[in-house]
Amino acid sequence: MLASALFWVFAILLIVSAALVISARNPVHAVLFLILGFFNAAGLFLLAGAEFLAMILVVVYVGAVAVLFLFVVMMLDVSFTQVREGLQRYAPVGTAIGIVLLVELVMTLGGLGAAMPQAAAGLTATPTHLSNTTALGLLLYTHYVLAFQLSGLVLLVAMIGAIVLTLREKPRARRQSVARQTSREVADTLQLVNVRPGQSIAELGVLRPLETPPIPSIPDLIGATASALPADPTRDGSA
Amino acid sequence: MITTDNLVTLALTVLEALAILVPVLICVAYATYAERRVLAAMQWRKGPNVVGPFGLLQPFADAAKMLLKETIIPTGANRVLFLAGPMLTFILAMVAWAVIPVNNHWAIADINVGVLYLFAISSLGVYGIIIAGWASNSKYAFLGALRSAAQMVSYEVSMGFVIVCVLLCVGSLNLNAIVLAQRHVWFCLPLFPMFIIFFISTLAETGRAPFDLPEGESEIVAGFFVEYSSMSFGLFFLGEYANMFLMSSLTTILFLGGWLPPLPFAPFTWVPGPLWFLLKVFFCIFMFFWVRATFPRYRYDQLMRLGWKVFLPTSLVWLVLTASVLYGFHLLPHAQV
Repeated sequence: MLASALFWVFAILLIVSAALVISARNPVHAVLFLILGFFNAAGLFLLAGAEFLAMILVVVYVGAVAVLFLFVVMMLDVSFTQVREGLQRYAPVGTAIGIVLLVELVMTLGGLGAAMPQAAAGLTATPTHLSNTTALGLLLYTHYVLAFQLSGLVLLVAMIGAIVLTLREKPRARRQSVARQTSREVADTLQLVNVRPGQSIAELGVLRPLETPPIPSIPDLIGATASALPADPTRDGSA
Repeated sequence: MITTDNLVTLALTVLEALAILVPVLICVAYATYAERRVLAAMQWRKGPNVVGPFGLLQPFADAAKMLLKETIIPTGANRVLFLAGPMLTFILAMVAWAVIPVNNHWAIADINVGVLYLFAISSLGVYGIIIAGWASNSKYAFLGALRSAAQMVSYEVSMGFVIVCVLLCVGSLNLNAIVLAQRHVWFCLPLFPMFIIFFISTLAETGRAPFDLPEGESEIVAGFFVEYSSMSFGLFFLGEYANMFLMSSLTTILFLGGWLPPLPFAPFTWVPGPLWFLLKVFFCIFMFFWVRATFPRYRYDQLMRLGWKVFLPTSLVWLVLTASVLYGFHLLPHAQV
Protein backbone atom coordinates (compact mmCIF):
# COMPACT_ATOMS: atom_id res chain seq x y z
CA MET A 1 0.00 0.00 0.00
CA LEU A 2 2.63 2.48 1.11
CA ALA A 3 5.06 1.19 -1.52
CA SER A 4 2.58 1.64 -4.38
CA ALA A 5 1.66 5.13 -3.16
CA LEU A 6 5.35 6.02 -3.01
CA PHE A 7 5.84 4.58 -6.49
CA TRP A 8 3.24 6.97 -7.90
CA VAL A 9 4.73 9.92 -6.02
CA PHE A 10 8.27 9.19 -7.26
CA ALA A 11 7.16 8.37 -10.82
CA ILE A 12 5.01 11.48 -11.22
CA LEU A 13 7.67 13.74 -9.68
CA LEU A 14 10.30 12.17 -11.93
CA ILE A 15 8.28 12.86 -15.09
CA VAL A 16 7.33 16.38 -14.00
CA SER A 17 10.91 17.32 -13.08
CA ALA A 18 12.22 15.78 -16.33
CA ALA A 19 9.75 17.91 -18.27
CA LEU A 20 10.79 20.98 -16.30
CA VAL A 21 14.48 20.31 -17.07
CA ILE A 22 13.88 20.98 -20.76
CA SER A 23 11.26 23.70 -20.33
CA ALA A 24 12.78 25.82 -17.54
CA ARG A 25 13.87 29.26 -18.77
CA ASN A 26 16.68 29.62 -16.25
CA PRO A 27 19.51 27.08 -16.87
CA VAL A 28 20.32 26.88 -13.15
CA HIS A 29 16.70 25.93 -12.42
CA ALA A 30 16.96 23.31 -15.18
CA VAL A 31 19.97 21.70 -13.48
CA LEU A 32 18.22 21.78 -10.10
CA PHE A 33 15.21 20.00 -11.63
CA LEU A 34 17.61 17.46 -13.12
CA ILE A 35 18.90 16.81 -9.60
CA LEU A 36 15.32 16.37 -8.36
CA GLY A 37 14.83 13.90 -11.21
CA PHE A 38 17.90 11.90 -10.13
CA PHE A 39 16.52 11.77 -6.61
CA ASN A 40 13.20 10.39 -7.68
CA ALA A 41 14.93 7.81 -9.87
CA ALA A 42 16.92 6.77 -6.79
CA GLY A 43 13.63 6.49 -4.91
CA LEU A 44 12.25 4.18 -7.62
CA PHE A 45 15.39 2.02 -7.40
CA LEU A 46 14.86 1.76 -3.63
CA LEU A 47 11.26 0.64 -4.12
CA ALA A 48 12.45 -2.01 -6.58
CA GLY A 49 14.80 -3.34 -3.87
CA ALA A 50 18.01 -2.17 -5.57
CA GLU A 51 19.35 -0.13 -2.66
CA PHE A 52 22.97 -0.27 -3.84
CA LEU A 53 22.12 1.23 -7.23
CA ALA A 54 19.99 3.91 -5.56
CA MET A 55 22.85 5.00 -3.29
CA ILE A 56 25.42 4.92 -6.09
CA LEU A 57 23.09 7.02 -8.26
CA VAL A 58 22.93 9.66 -5.53
CA VAL A 59 26.68 9.54 -4.74
CA VAL A 60 27.91 9.65 -8.33
CA TYR A 61 25.32 11.61 -10.27
CA VAL A 62 23.91 13.94 -7.65
CA GLY A 63 27.00 14.27 -5.48
CA ALA A 64 29.63 14.69 -8.19
CA VAL A 65 28.38 14.99 -11.78
CA ALA A 66 25.50 17.36 -11.12
CA VAL A 67 27.72 19.54 -8.88
CA LEU A 68 30.05 20.06 -11.84
CA PHE A 69 27.05 20.72 -14.14
CA LEU A 70 25.77 23.34 -11.75
CA PHE A 71 29.26 24.78 -11.39
CA VAL A 72 29.63 25.18 -15.17
CA VAL A 73 26.13 26.52 -15.75
CA MET A 74 26.54 29.13 -13.01
CA MET A 75 29.94 30.19 -14.38
CA LEU A 76 29.04 30.30 -18.07
CA ASP A 77 25.97 32.53 -17.88
CA VAL A 78 24.28 30.70 -20.78
CA SER A 79 21.90 32.90 -22.74
CA PHE A 80 18.84 30.82 -23.54
CA THR A 81 17.45 33.07 -26.26
CA GLN A 82 20.56 32.27 -28.25
CA VAL A 83 20.11 28.55 -27.67
CA ARG A 84 16.47 28.72 -28.75
CA GLU A 85 17.37 30.24 -32.12
CA GLY A 86 18.40 26.85 -33.44
CA LEU A 87 15.24 25.16 -32.18
CA GLN A 88 13.42 25.17 -35.54
CA ARG A 89 16.44 23.92 -37.42
CA TYR A 90 17.40 21.05 -35.14
CA ALA A 91 13.88 19.94 -34.19
CA PRO A 92 13.60 17.25 -36.94
CA VAL A 93 16.97 15.72 -36.02
CA GLY A 94 16.07 15.67 -32.33
CA THR A 95 12.70 14.08 -33.05
CA ALA A 96 14.33 11.43 -35.23
CA ILE A 97 16.83 10.51 -32.49
CA GLY A 98 14.01 10.40 -29.95
CA ILE A 99 11.96 8.06 -32.16
CA VAL A 100 14.94 5.74 -32.71
CA LEU A 101 15.55 5.55 -28.95
CA LEU A 102 11.89 4.85 -28.28
CA VAL A 103 11.79 2.05 -30.90
CA GLU A 104 14.94 0.51 -29.43
CA LEU A 105 13.45 0.62 -25.95
CA VAL A 106 10.22 -1.04 -27.10
CA MET A 107 12.13 -3.69 -29.06
CA THR A 108 14.37 -4.47 -26.09
CA LEU A 109 11.44 -4.82 -23.72
CA GLY A 110 9.44 -6.90 -26.21
CA GLY A 111 12.42 -9.10 -27.09
CA LEU A 112 13.27 -9.69 -23.46
CA GLY A 113 9.94 -11.28 -22.71
CA ALA A 114 9.78 -13.32 -25.92
CA ALA A 115 13.34 -14.53 -26.45
CA MET A 116 14.48 -15.21 -22.91
CA PRO A 117 11.61 -16.49 -20.81
CA GLN A 118 14.02 -17.97 -18.24
CA ALA A 119 15.97 -14.75 -17.94
CA ALA A 120 12.79 -12.73 -17.62
CA ALA A 121 11.59 -15.06 -14.90
CA GLY A 122 14.89 -14.65 -13.06
CA LEU A 123 14.73 -10.87 -13.18
CA THR A 124 14.28 -10.28 -9.48
CA ALA A 125 16.04 -7.29 -8.06
CA THR A 126 16.81 -9.01 -4.78
CA PRO A 127 18.03 -12.61 -4.95
CA THR A 128 16.76 -14.44 -1.91
CA HIS A 129 20.06 -15.80 -0.61
CA LEU A 130 22.36 -12.85 -1.34
CA SER A 131 22.43 -9.18 -0.50
CA ASN A 132 21.95 -6.92 -3.45
CA THR A 133 25.49 -5.50 -3.29
CA THR A 134 27.09 -8.96 -3.13
CA ALA A 135 25.03 -10.21 -6.08
CA LEU A 136 26.01 -7.21 -8.17
CA GLY A 137 29.69 -7.61 -7.26
CA LEU A 138 29.72 -11.34 -8.03
CA LEU A 139 28.17 -10.74 -11.45
CA LEU A 140 30.37 -7.76 -12.36
CA TYR A 141 33.70 -9.26 -11.33
CA THR A 142 33.17 -12.78 -12.68
CA HIS A 143 30.90 -12.91 -15.75
CA TYR A 144 31.37 -9.36 -16.95
CA VAL A 145 34.91 -8.67 -15.81
CA LEU A 146 36.16 -7.96 -19.35
CA ALA A 147 33.36 -5.50 -20.13
CA PHE A 148 33.92 -3.89 -16.74
CA GLN A 149 37.66 -3.44 -17.30
CA LEU A 150 37.09 -2.17 -20.84
CA SER A 151 34.64 0.48 -19.69
CA GLY A 152 37.16 1.53 -17.07
CA LEU A 153 39.78 1.82 -19.80
CA VAL A 154 37.45 3.94 -21.96
CA LEU A 155 36.91 6.29 -19.03
CA LEU A 156 40.66 6.49 -18.42
CA VAL A 157 41.27 7.40 -22.07
CA ALA A 158 38.53 10.02 -21.90
CA MET A 159 40.09 11.50 -18.76
CA ILE A 160 43.57 11.66 -20.29
CA GLY A 161 42.06 13.20 -23.43
CA ALA A 162 40.32 15.91 -21.42
CA ILE A 163 43.55 16.73 -19.61
CA VAL A 164 45.57 16.84 -22.84
CA LEU A 165 43.00 19.10 -24.50
CA THR A 166 42.86 21.61 -21.67
CA LEU A 167 46.48 21.61 -20.50
CA ARG A 168 48.28 24.80 -21.45
CA GLU A 169 51.99 25.22 -20.89
CA LYS A 170 52.55 28.61 -19.34
CA PRO A 171 56.31 29.16 -19.29
CA ARG A 172 56.01 32.38 -17.31
CA ALA A 173 53.66 30.97 -14.68
CA ARG A 174 55.09 30.87 -11.18
CA ARG A 175 54.67 27.55 -9.50
CA GLN A 176 55.33 26.51 -5.96
CA SER A 177 57.94 23.79 -5.66
CA VAL A 178 57.32 22.35 -2.22
CA ALA A 179 60.39 20.11 -2.33
CA ARG A 180 62.61 23.07 -3.14
CA GLN A 181 61.05 25.17 -0.39
CA THR A 182 61.39 22.55 2.32
CA SER A 183 64.94 21.61 1.32
CA ARG A 184 66.15 25.18 1.80
CA GLU A 185 68.55 25.61 4.69
CA VAL A 186 69.56 28.67 6.63
CA ALA A 187 73.13 28.32 5.38
CA ASP A 188 71.92 28.55 1.73
CA THR A 189 70.19 31.86 2.16
CA LEU A 190 71.56 33.69 5.16
CA GLN A 191 75.02 34.96 5.94
CA LEU A 192 76.03 37.09 8.89
CA VAL A 193 78.66 39.66 8.06
CA ASN A 194 80.51 41.99 10.33
CA VAL A 195 80.48 45.32 8.48
CA ARG A 196 82.83 47.98 9.81
CA PRO A 197 81.67 51.61 9.70
CA GLY A 198 82.46 53.16 6.31
CA GLN A 199 82.84 49.82 4.57
CA SER A 200 80.41 48.98 1.73
CA ILE A 201 78.89 45.54 1.21
CA ALA A 202 80.16 45.67 -2.33
CA GLU A 203 83.71 45.63 -0.95
CA LEU A 204 82.91 42.56 1.14
CA GLY A 205 81.33 40.82 -1.86
CA VAL A 206 78.34 39.53 0.10
CA LEU A 207 75.49 40.90 -1.97
CA ARG A 208 75.03 37.62 -3.87
CA PRO A 209 76.87 35.10 -1.71
CA LEU A 210 75.27 32.09 -3.47
CA GLU A 211 76.87 32.83 -6.80
CA THR A 212 80.21 34.01 -5.38
CA PRO A 213 80.81 36.54 -8.13
CA PRO A 214 84.07 38.41 -8.52
CA ILE A 215 83.82 41.72 -6.72
CA PRO A 216 82.27 44.01 -9.33
CA SER A 217 82.59 47.70 -9.74
CA ILE A 218 79.65 49.84 -8.60
CA PRO A 219 77.99 50.44 -12.03
CA ASP A 220 78.18 46.71 -12.85
CA LEU A 221 76.65 45.91 -9.49
CA ILE A 222 73.52 48.02 -10.12
CA GLY A 223 72.92 46.27 -13.46
CA ALA A 224 73.54 42.84 -11.92
CA THR A 225 71.02 43.33 -9.10
CA ALA A 226 68.23 44.06 -11.56
CA SER A 227 68.93 41.04 -13.74
CA ALA A 228 69.58 38.67 -10.86
CA LEU A 229 66.20 39.27 -9.22
CA PRO A 230 64.01 36.66 -11.02
CA ALA A 231 66.46 33.87 -10.21
CA ASP A 232 66.25 34.62 -6.51
CA PRO A 233 65.08 31.42 -4.76
CA THR A 234 63.22 33.37 -2.09
CA ARG A 235 60.85 34.79 -4.71
CA ASP A 236 59.49 31.46 -5.84
CA GLY A 237 55.91 32.48 -6.33
CA SER A 238 55.18 31.46 -2.78
CA ALA A 239 54.64 34.95 -1.42
CA MET B 1 -6.26 1.66 5.21
CA ILE B 2 -5.29 3.52 8.39
CA THR B 3 -5.28 0.90 11.09
CA THR B 4 -4.14 1.13 14.69
CA ASP B 5 -1.05 -0.89 13.75
CA ASN B 6 -0.07 1.71 11.17
CA LEU B 7 -0.63 4.51 13.67
CA VAL B 8 1.46 2.77 16.31
CA THR B 9 4.31 2.24 13.82
CA LEU B 10 4.09 5.88 12.78
CA ALA B 11 4.13 7.10 16.38
CA LEU B 12 7.09 4.83 17.19
CA THR B 13 9.03 6.11 14.17
CA VAL B 14 8.40 9.71 15.19
CA LEU B 15 9.49 8.94 18.76
CA GLU B 16 12.65 7.18 17.52
CA ALA B 17 13.50 10.15 15.31
CA LEU B 18 12.98 12.54 18.24
CA ALA B 19 15.05 10.29 20.51
CA ILE B 20 18.09 10.84 18.31
CA LEU B 21 17.44 14.36 16.99
CA VAL B 22 16.78 16.03 20.35
CA PRO B 23 20.11 14.87 21.86
CA VAL B 24 21.85 15.84 18.62
CA LEU B 25 20.40 19.35 18.74
CA ILE B 26 21.28 19.74 22.42
CA CYS B 27 24.84 18.63 21.63
CA VAL B 28 24.95 21.07 18.71
CA ALA B 29 23.75 23.96 20.87
CA TYR B 30 26.33 23.21 23.54
CA ALA B 31 29.07 22.60 20.97
CA THR B 32 28.81 26.26 19.97
CA TYR B 33 29.36 27.18 23.63
CA ALA B 34 32.06 24.56 24.15
CA GLU B 35 33.96 25.68 21.08
CA ARG B 36 34.12 29.26 22.33
CA ARG B 37 35.19 28.15 25.80
CA VAL B 38 37.84 25.75 24.47
CA LEU B 39 39.24 28.31 22.03
CA ALA B 40 39.26 30.90 24.81
CA ALA B 41 41.13 28.56 27.16
CA MET B 42 43.68 27.79 24.45
CA GLN B 43 44.19 31.50 23.79
CA TRP B 44 44.31 32.53 27.49
CA ARG B 45 40.98 34.33 27.38
CA LYS B 46 37.79 33.73 29.35
CA GLY B 47 35.18 33.15 26.64
CA PRO B 48 31.42 33.48 27.22
CA ASN B 49 30.96 33.39 31.02
CA VAL B 50 28.26 35.97 31.71
CA VAL B 51 24.86 34.46 30.78
CA GLY B 52 23.99 32.00 33.56
CA PRO B 53 26.49 30.06 35.71
CA PHE B 54 29.78 29.69 33.77
CA GLY B 55 27.92 31.13 30.77
CA LEU B 56 25.96 27.87 30.40
CA LEU B 57 22.83 29.70 29.20
CA GLN B 58 24.72 31.35 26.33
CA PRO B 59 23.28 28.97 23.63
CA PHE B 60 19.74 29.98 24.67
CA ALA B 61 20.62 33.67 24.49
CA ASP B 62 22.09 33.13 21.00
CA ALA B 63 19.01 31.19 19.88
CA ALA B 64 16.66 33.91 21.16
CA LYS B 65 18.73 36.56 19.41
CA MET B 66 18.62 34.71 16.09
CA LEU B 67 14.89 34.03 16.29
CA LEU B 68 14.01 37.62 17.14
CA LYS B 69 16.07 39.33 14.43
CA GLU B 70 14.67 40.23 11.03
CA THR B 71 15.17 37.89 8.08
CA ILE B 72 16.52 40.10 5.31
CA ILE B 73 16.17 38.95 1.71
CA PRO B 74 18.34 40.96 -0.70
CA THR B 75 16.52 42.71 -3.57
CA GLY B 76 18.27 40.87 -6.39
CA ALA B 77 18.08 37.48 -4.69
CA ASN B 78 16.16 34.48 -5.99
CA ARG B 79 13.68 34.29 -3.09
CA VAL B 80 12.73 30.62 -3.20
CA LEU B 81 16.27 29.30 -3.61
CA PHE B 82 17.62 31.86 -1.12
CA LEU B 83 15.42 30.37 1.58
CA ALA B 84 15.81 26.78 0.34
CA GLY B 85 19.62 26.84 0.72
CA PRO B 86 19.87 26.97 4.54
CA MET B 87 16.88 24.64 4.92
CA LEU B 88 18.56 22.07 2.69
CA THR B 89 21.81 22.29 4.67
CA PHE B 90 19.99 21.78 7.96
CA ILE B 91 17.68 18.99 6.71
CA LEU B 92 20.59 17.01 5.24
CA ALA B 93 22.54 17.36 8.48
CA MET B 94 19.57 15.87 10.36
CA VAL B 95 18.49 13.16 7.87
CA ALA B 96 21.85 11.39 8.01
CA TRP B 97 21.38 10.46 11.69
CA ALA B 98 18.84 7.79 10.74
CA VAL B 99 21.53 5.16 10.20
CA ILE B 100 24.00 5.96 13.01
CA PRO B 101 24.16 3.05 15.50
CA VAL B 102 24.94 4.30 19.03
CA ASN B 103 24.83 0.77 20.48
CA ASN B 104 24.46 -2.76 19.10
CA HIS B 105 21.45 -2.49 16.71
CA TRP B 106 20.44 0.87 18.20
CA ALA B 107 19.80 2.68 14.93
CA ILE B 108 16.52 3.92 13.48
CA ALA B 109 17.31 2.24 10.16
CA ASP B 110 19.83 -0.63 10.30
CA ILE B 111 20.19 -0.80 6.52
CA ASN B 112 22.55 -2.88 4.35
CA VAL B 113 24.13 0.10 2.63
CA GLY B 114 24.56 2.35 5.69
CA VAL B 115 28.00 3.66 4.74
CA LEU B 116 26.87 4.52 1.22
CA TYR B 117 23.83 6.31 2.61
CA LEU B 118 26.01 8.47 4.85
CA PHE B 119 28.44 9.11 1.98
CA ALA B 120 25.55 10.09 -0.30
CA ILE B 121 24.01 12.47 2.24
CA SER B 122 27.35 14.11 3.05
CA SER B 123 28.08 14.59 -0.66
CA LEU B 124 24.75 16.40 -0.98
CA GLY B 125 25.72 18.94 1.67
CA VAL B 126 27.43 21.01 -0.98
CA TYR B 127 24.08 21.85 -2.63
CA GLY B 128 22.84 23.93 0.27
CA ILE B 129 25.99 26.01 -0.01
CA ILE B 130 26.01 26.34 -3.82
CA ILE B 131 22.32 27.24 -3.93
CA ALA B 132 22.77 29.81 -1.17
CA GLY B 133 25.81 31.34 -2.86
CA TRP B 134 24.12 31.60 -6.24
CA ALA B 135 20.71 32.75 -5.00
CA SER B 136 22.25 35.57 -2.91
CA ASN B 137 23.22 37.40 -6.12
CA SER B 138 26.42 38.65 -4.50
CA LYS B 139 30.03 38.27 -5.65
CA TYR B 140 31.42 37.19 -2.32
CA ALA B 141 28.68 34.66 -1.73
CA PHE B 142 29.19 33.24 -5.20
CA LEU B 143 32.96 32.99 -4.78
CA GLY B 144 32.43 31.18 -1.50
CA ALA B 145 30.02 28.75 -3.16
CA LEU B 146 32.44 27.98 -5.99
CA ARG B 147 35.28 27.38 -3.54
CA SER B 148 33.11 25.10 -1.51
CA ALA B 149 31.96 23.07 -4.54
CA ALA B 150 35.51 22.41 -5.73
CA GLN B 151 36.75 21.66 -2.21
CA MET B 152 34.05 19.18 -1.28
CA VAL B 153 34.24 17.27 -4.56
CA SER B 154 38.04 17.01 -4.21
CA TYR B 155 38.06 15.64 -0.69
CA GLU B 156 35.21 13.21 -1.26
CA VAL B 157 37.44 11.21 -3.60
CA SER B 158 40.08 10.37 -1.00
CA MET B 159 37.40 9.90 1.66
CA GLY B 160 35.81 7.31 -0.61
CA PHE B 161 39.08 5.38 -0.88
CA VAL B 162 39.57 5.46 2.89
CA ILE B 163 36.06 4.09 3.39
CA VAL B 164 36.76 1.34 0.83
CA CYS B 165 39.87 0.35 2.86
CA VAL B 166 37.70 -0.11 5.94
CA LEU B 167 35.05 -1.98 3.95
CA LEU B 168 37.69 -4.41 2.68
CA CYS B 169 38.49 -5.33 6.28
CA VAL B 170 34.82 -5.74 7.19
CA GLY B 171 33.15 -7.29 4.17
CA SER B 172 29.90 -5.40 4.69
CA LEU B 173 28.44 -1.93 4.12
CA ASN B 174 26.35 -2.15 7.27
CA LEU B 175 27.48 0.28 9.99
CA ASN B 176 26.59 -2.18 12.74
CA ALA B 177 28.74 -4.88 11.14
CA ILE B 178 31.61 -2.39 10.75
CA VAL B 179 31.65 -1.73 14.48
CA LEU B 180 31.34 -5.43 15.38
CA ALA B 181 34.30 -6.21 13.09
CA GLN B 182 36.45 -4.08 15.44
CA ARG B 183 35.92 -6.31 18.49
CA HIS B 184 39.59 -7.40 18.50
CA VAL B 185 41.33 -4.26 17.29
CA TRP B 186 40.03 -0.83 16.35
CA PHE B 187 40.74 0.05 12.74
CA CYS B 188 42.61 3.22 13.74
CA LEU B 189 45.63 1.02 14.62
CA PRO B 190 46.12 -1.17 11.51
CA LEU B 191 44.90 1.59 9.19
CA PHE B 192 46.54 4.48 11.05
CA PRO B 193 47.56 6.57 7.98
CA MET B 194 44.03 6.22 6.61
CA PHE B 195 42.65 7.38 9.96
CA ILE B 196 44.71 10.58 9.71
CA ILE B 197 43.70 11.17 6.08
CA PHE B 198 40.07 10.57 6.96
CA PHE B 199 40.17 13.00 9.86
CA ILE B 200 41.76 15.75 7.74
CA SER B 201 39.27 15.07 4.94
CA THR B 202 36.38 15.44 7.37
CA LEU B 203 37.79 18.85 8.33
CA ALA B 204 37.70 19.82 4.65
CA GLU B 205 34.30 18.23 4.10
CA THR B 206 32.69 20.16 6.94
CA GLY B 207 34.45 23.37 5.89
CA ARG B 208 36.16 23.77 9.25
CA ALA B 209 39.45 25.52 9.96
CA PRO B 210 42.09 25.22 8.51
CA PHE B 211 39.97 24.50 5.40
CA ASP B 212 37.26 27.12 5.98
CA LEU B 213 37.98 28.83 2.66
CA PRO B 214 34.30 28.88 1.57
CA GLU B 215 33.70 31.42 4.34
CA GLY B 216 37.26 32.88 4.53
CA GLU B 217 36.31 36.13 6.25
CA SER B 218 39.61 37.85 5.52
CA GLU B 219 39.19 37.55 1.73
CA ILE B 220 35.51 37.08 0.88
CA VAL B 221 33.82 38.61 3.95
CA ALA B 222 31.83 35.57 5.11
CA GLY B 223 31.63 33.60 1.89
CA PHE B 224 28.43 31.85 0.96
CA PHE B 225 26.34 33.12 3.90
CA VAL B 226 27.34 36.78 3.72
CA GLU B 227 23.78 37.87 2.79
CA TYR B 228 22.02 35.78 5.44
CA SER B 229 20.63 37.08 8.70
CA SER B 230 18.68 35.80 11.71
CA MET B 231 17.40 32.21 11.58
CA SER B 232 18.36 31.61 7.95
CA PHE B 233 21.95 32.19 9.08
CA GLY B 234 21.20 30.16 12.20
CA LEU B 235 20.25 27.13 10.11
CA PHE B 236 23.64 27.25 8.35
CA PHE B 237 25.34 27.51 11.72
CA LEU B 238 23.40 24.60 13.22
CA GLY B 239 23.93 22.58 10.04
CA GLU B 240 27.70 23.10 10.21
CA TYR B 241 27.89 21.91 13.82
CA ALA B 242 25.52 18.99 13.20
CA ASN B 243 27.75 17.98 10.29
CA MET B 244 30.76 18.11 12.62
CA PHE B 245 28.98 15.70 14.96
CA LEU B 246 27.98 13.50 12.04
CA MET B 247 31.54 13.30 10.73
CA SER B 248 32.83 12.61 14.25
CA SER B 249 30.30 9.78 14.58
CA LEU B 250 31.41 8.40 11.23
CA THR B 251 35.07 8.54 12.34
CA THR B 252 34.07 6.81 15.58
CA ILE B 253 32.21 4.06 13.75
CA LEU B 254 34.83 3.49 11.06
CA PHE B 255 38.02 3.78 13.12
CA LEU B 256 37.40 4.07 16.87
CA GLY B 257 35.23 1.02 17.44
CA GLY B 258 31.84 2.73 17.83
CA TRP B 259 30.22 1.76 21.13
CA LEU B 260 32.86 -0.89 21.98
CA PRO B 261 35.01 -0.31 25.09
CA PRO B 262 38.76 0.15 24.47
CA LEU B 263 39.64 -3.08 26.27
CA PRO B 264 37.14 -5.94 26.58
CA PHE B 265 37.34 -6.57 30.35
CA ALA B 266 35.89 -5.46 33.66
CA PRO B 267 36.31 -1.77 34.44
CA PHE B 268 35.80 -0.81 30.80
CA THR B 269 32.79 -3.05 30.14
CA TRP B 270 30.91 -1.51 33.09
CA VAL B 271 30.48 1.70 31.11
CA PRO B 272 27.45 1.34 28.80
CA GLY B 273 28.00 1.37 25.03
CA PRO B 274 26.23 4.64 24.16
CA LEU B 275 28.44 6.43 26.70
CA TRP B 276 31.59 5.10 25.03
CA PHE B 277 30.18 6.24 21.70
CA LEU B 278 29.47 9.70 23.08
CA LEU B 279 32.92 9.97 24.65
CA LYS B 280 34.64 9.08 21.37
CA VAL B 281 32.49 11.57 19.45
CA PHE B 282 33.34 14.29 21.98
CA PHE B 283 37.03 13.43 21.61
CA CYS B 284 36.76 13.94 17.81
CA ILE B 285 34.87 17.21 18.31
CA PHE B 286 37.58 18.40 20.68
CA MET B 287 40.13 17.60 17.97
CA PHE B 288 38.13 19.84 15.59
CA PHE B 289 38.37 22.72 18.11
CA TRP B 290 42.03 22.03 18.80
CA VAL B 291 42.91 22.11 15.09
CA ARG B 292 41.04 25.39 14.71
CA ALA B 293 42.98 26.96 17.57
CA THR B 294 46.32 25.68 16.27
CA PHE B 295 46.58 25.99 12.48
CA PRO B 296 46.25 29.02 10.19
CA ARG B 297 43.98 28.78 7.14
CA TYR B 298 45.31 26.98 4.06
CA ARG B 299 45.81 28.80 0.79
CA TYR B 300 43.45 27.57 -1.92
CA ASP B 301 46.11 26.05 -4.21
CA GLN B 302 47.65 24.30 -1.21
CA LEU B 303 44.25 22.85 -0.37
CA MET B 304 43.83 21.48 -3.88
CA ARG B 305 47.40 20.17 -3.92
CA LEU B 306 46.88 18.37 -0.61
CA GLY B 307 43.65 16.78 -1.82
CA TRP B 308 44.67 15.66 -5.29
CA LYS B 309 48.44 15.23 -5.12
CA VAL B 310 48.94 13.95 -1.58
CA PHE B 311 45.80 12.32 -0.20
CA LEU B 312 44.54 10.73 -3.41
CA PRO B 313 47.79 8.85 -4.28
CA THR B 314 48.44 7.93 -0.64
CA SER B 315 44.97 6.52 -0.08
CA LEU B 316 45.08 4.70 -3.42
CA VAL B 317 48.43 3.06 -2.57
CA TRP B 318 47.18 2.14 0.90
CA LEU B 319 44.02 0.65 -0.62
CA VAL B 320 46.06 -1.59 -2.92
CA LEU B 321 48.33 -2.49 0.01
CA THR B 322 45.38 -3.37 2.26
CA ALA B 323 43.78 -5.50 -0.43
CA SER B 324 47.09 -7.28 -1.15
CA VAL B 325 47.80 -8.01 2.52
CA LEU B 326 44.27 -9.28 3.14
CA TYR B 327 44.42 -11.45 0.02
CA GLY B 328 47.97 -12.70 0.58
CA PHE B 329 47.38 -13.75 4.20
CA HIS B 330 43.90 -15.16 3.49
CA LEU B 331 42.33 -12.58 5.80
CA LEU B 332 39.62 -11.37 3.41
CA PRO B 333 36.28 -11.55 5.18
CA HIS B 334 33.72 -13.64 3.36
CA ALA B 335 30.86 -11.69 1.88
CA GLN B 336 28.11 -11.56 4.44
CA VAL B 337 25.23 -13.40 2.85
